[in-house]
Formats: sequence, structure tokens, C-alpha cells
Amino acid sequence: MRDVAVIGIGITKFGELWERSFRDIGIEAGIKAINDAGISGSDIDALYIGNMSAGAFIRQEHVAALIADYVGLAQTSHIPAIRVEAAGASGAVAFREAFLSIASGMHDIVVVGGAEKMTDIGDEMANAVQGMAIDQEWETVFGATYASLHAMMARAHMEKYGTTREQLAMVSVINHRHGALNPDAQFRREINVDTVLRSGMVAEPLRVFDMCPLSDGAATIVLASMDAAKKFTDRIVKVRGIGQGSDTIALHDRRDITTIDATVYAAKRAYDMAGIKAKDVDVAEVYDSSTISEIMAIEDLGFFEKGTGGKAVEEERIALGNEIPVNTSGGLKSRGHPVGATGIAQIVEIVKQLRGEADGRQVKDAKIGLAHAIGGTGGTAVVSILEGCE
Amino acid sequence: MNMPRFWREIQGRYNLIGSRCGNCGDYFFPKRDICPKCHRKSIGKMDAVKLGGSGKIVSYTVVHDAHPEYSDMKPYVMAIIELDEGVRLTSQIVDCSPEEVRTGMRVRATFRKLAEDGKEGVIFYGYKFRPE
Repeated sequence: MRDVAVIGIGITKFGELWERSFRDIGIEAGIKAINDAGISGSDIDALYIGNMSAGAFIRQEHVAALIADYVGLAQTSHIPAIRVEAAGASGAVAFREAFLSIASGMHDIVVVGGAEKMTDIGDEMANAVQGMAIDQEWETVFGATYASLHAMMARAHMEKYGTTREQLAMVSVINHRHGALNPDAQFRREINVDTVLRSGMVAEPLRVFDMCPLSDGAATIVLASMDAAKKFTDRIVKVRGIGQGSDTIALHDRRDITTIDATVYAAKRAYDMAGIKAKDVDVAEVYDSSTISEIMAIEDLGFFEKGTGGKAVEEERIALGNEIPVNTSGGLKSRGHPVGATGIAQIVEIVKQLRGEADGRQVKDAKIGLAHAIGGTGGTAVVSILEGCE
Repeated sequence: MNMPRFWREIQGRYNLIGSRCGNCGDYFFPKRDICPKCHRKSIGKMDAVKLGGSGKIVSYTVVHDAHPEYSDMKPYVMAIIELDEGVRLTSQIVDCSPEEVRTGMRVRATFRKLAEDGKEGVIFYGYKFRPE
């Protein structure tokens, strides 16, 4: 396999972008990434788009062709444009596919974007669409919601490991603290434990501030073979390892609902490929679709022993300035979660950290970064490991 | 949604019909054509089997924010239940107050209306669980 590098990144502001359409935000992120990489349209061999549900959110399918068209590559270069769907891991899986297309020798320069426009429909409908990532026939039809399944994971984790309600709240507190430093984040206001505990109940024990929001947003990355990368930039971030795993779509069929096995396997594959261990990671973006998701992620990725994630959060070992800063972007909770864009946005944040461009939220001397995304309640997981090269 | 989406699942949802692997003897619900442990050795040997309907709660939650079709039931209890055959499923817990529900509690399947697909849509039925 050939070495692959990130040579360009672009991201829109995340939030309720009512004045902007799906194609507006997709193009904005794309142009930023292409300018950042210093490439022109004729250099691009292929386009990958991570998108969960444009058909349901904006009644538009065939969105990879749409984006290729509006970035001006459809009529001239007629490049292959490929949409990838894996619920919340759509962007991350698209990134892996784009990586493979270069590593294999098929392409030299590939643009991979993620985009979702969730606020063109009402909140009720948007929640229902997001919930389509869980088993519609054997979970949803009985009254289960996406949040209710997370709530059952949370209760099981609390009963098995003694994780507390306040520790869950601290995940949200730390992510909002980080997000306040990120100009592109949806919510830039710090909160405290009380804010979380006083917010409305969604599914016991989880409340509104335990759950990520509905968001619009897009992010784009330009990937290149290492040889091609060197022609365009000296700010090279190498993709050291990438791993993907799957598990049952229904939560109830999992071996253990306090662990996301798909994450465990994806992480093992990524660490093995990179030749590193969890302790070598300097900064990470993990999938906090709920506060319990982040606690399970920092355990399943090997940052902390299983069952001790809640305590690690309480001790702020994952906060900026501490042992292993997690979700410096604000995470899904504070940066926002336009589903298909998230996996790409996470990698954009890691690249900023490794290039030393994260401004007020910069992790000092960050050399190795990790991004982790999940689809549904854990039917898909992807772990990507990147390294900054001087 | 059209009728077939619901009536084709009647065997599973009304009668708790799952599968038993003729190779390893493990139970599955809903029905599967391939045993995840035995792979090709199980093909053609996944026999339909009616599950007993008794089990215990593995984890649960009280839902306060529900999809529109379920809103008039809230707050309601959702749980993951492990049946005595070892298979797990997701269902509502009814006929008791949310405060009475505990992890490990014994429950039994009962036939109920689940929801309806809008005012003029299909009414769909299936299992819920209640204290045993």
C-alpha cells in the first residue's frame, strides 16, 4: 500500500444554517479545502461524499453527483463521484474509502467531503430520520428512540461500573468548554453540571444536555499519495492507520451493552497498522452522540481501563491542558453533529491540531491524533490515526 | 407505510417465532437464515421455533421524548429483555409504574397494540412485556 497524506482541509460553521442550502455548505467546505491544498480542479481524480440521509432531510438523493456538478468537476473532468452511507460514521467511512483509493494506486489526489442539512425539516422529523440508523423493525417499532438506547447503555454502565450521573454531565461540560474556543462550533457557551442536570429529561437517566444537537454543516479533506502531496505542500499530515469494525445493528444483540465492540476492533486494526499504542495518542476526537458514548469511547479506545472512563472525565484527564485532550473541537455536543459531516469534521480538527493551527484550543506538541466515529448505536465504527510530519 | 411491512412480520411480532440453529442449538430472535457462530454449517438448518416469552430485564429507560406515534404513551418504559432461551429483544414494559421497574426483574410477553401509522394508517400490534 502507498502512503497517503492529508494536504488540505475545509469546514463550514456548524449550526442551524437556515439561509444556506445543502449545496451551499458542501461547496463552501470544498473550496476552502482545495484552496488550503493549493490544488486546482484538474488535479482531482475522484470525489467521495459522506452523507447519511439527504433523501429524508432535503428530499434529494444522488448528492455526490450534485456536489461534483457544483464544484465544477462534472462537466469538465467527469470525475467519479461516490456517496458513502454508514449513519453517523458516513464521513469516516468515506474517508477510509478515499484513503483506500489512493493507497491502492488507483488515484493520486482525492477530495472527500461530508455534509448534512438537518434543519430543512422540523425537529420531530429530523429526530426520526436520525433514528433510522437503529433497527426500525425490531427496535423503533416497539417505541425505542436513538436516545432511549443510549439511556439503556448509560444505566447498564452505571450499574456495572459505578459511573455517576455527575460524571456523565462532566462530558458535556468539558465539551462545551472546548467548543467555546472553536469559532466554527454550534454552541459556544460554557455550561456547568447543573445546566445538564436541570435540562429536560429525554430518556432516563439522559437529559437534553447529554445528547448532541441537530445541525447543518459540511467539512472537506484533500487526500494525496505521499509523492503527490510533496508537490503541493510541506504541511503534510500522514494517515498512519485506519481501522473499521461492525457489530449487530440492534443494541440488544450485542455481547455487552457497556462496550462498543466495533470500536474495540476498529481501534485494534488502526493501532496495529500505525504501529502505535493508545498511550502514544496526543489528541483525539471521539464520538459523543451522547455523554455515555464518550465515556465508552475513551475506554474502548484504550485511553482508560474499562469501567474507569467516568472517573477519568470527573478528574478532567480529557480536558485541554491535561493528559489526553479529547474533543478539542467541542465534539458532537458543542461543535454540532451534521451526521454525514461529523467523521470528516473530526479529522479536520485533528489535522488543525497536528499542524499547530488550533489557536486557543491548541494541544501543545501534538504529534499523533486519533479520530473515532460510530454509526447508529455501534453497528459501525471507524478509527483513523494521523501524524504530523515536519 | 403499506400493509405488507407489518403483516409479513406477524409470525415474529405476534407469536415470538425465532430460529434455532440445528448445528449449535443456539436460539435467535427475530428469525435468521444464518447462525453467526456456525456460518455455512447452519445454512438450511435454522429451524423456526416459538420462544417461551419469559425473561428478565437487562437494562431499561423511561422515555420522555418519543416519536410522534408513541407520544400519547409517554412517559413509558423501554427495556432490553433477555428471554430464558438466551435471546435478547427490545420492548416496552407495561402494567406497572416506571418506578417499579428494576434491572433483573422477571417479565413476561403480552400481546398489545404498538402504535398506528397516522389517523388513517395501519394499526400495528406486537409484544410488550409486563411483570411476571
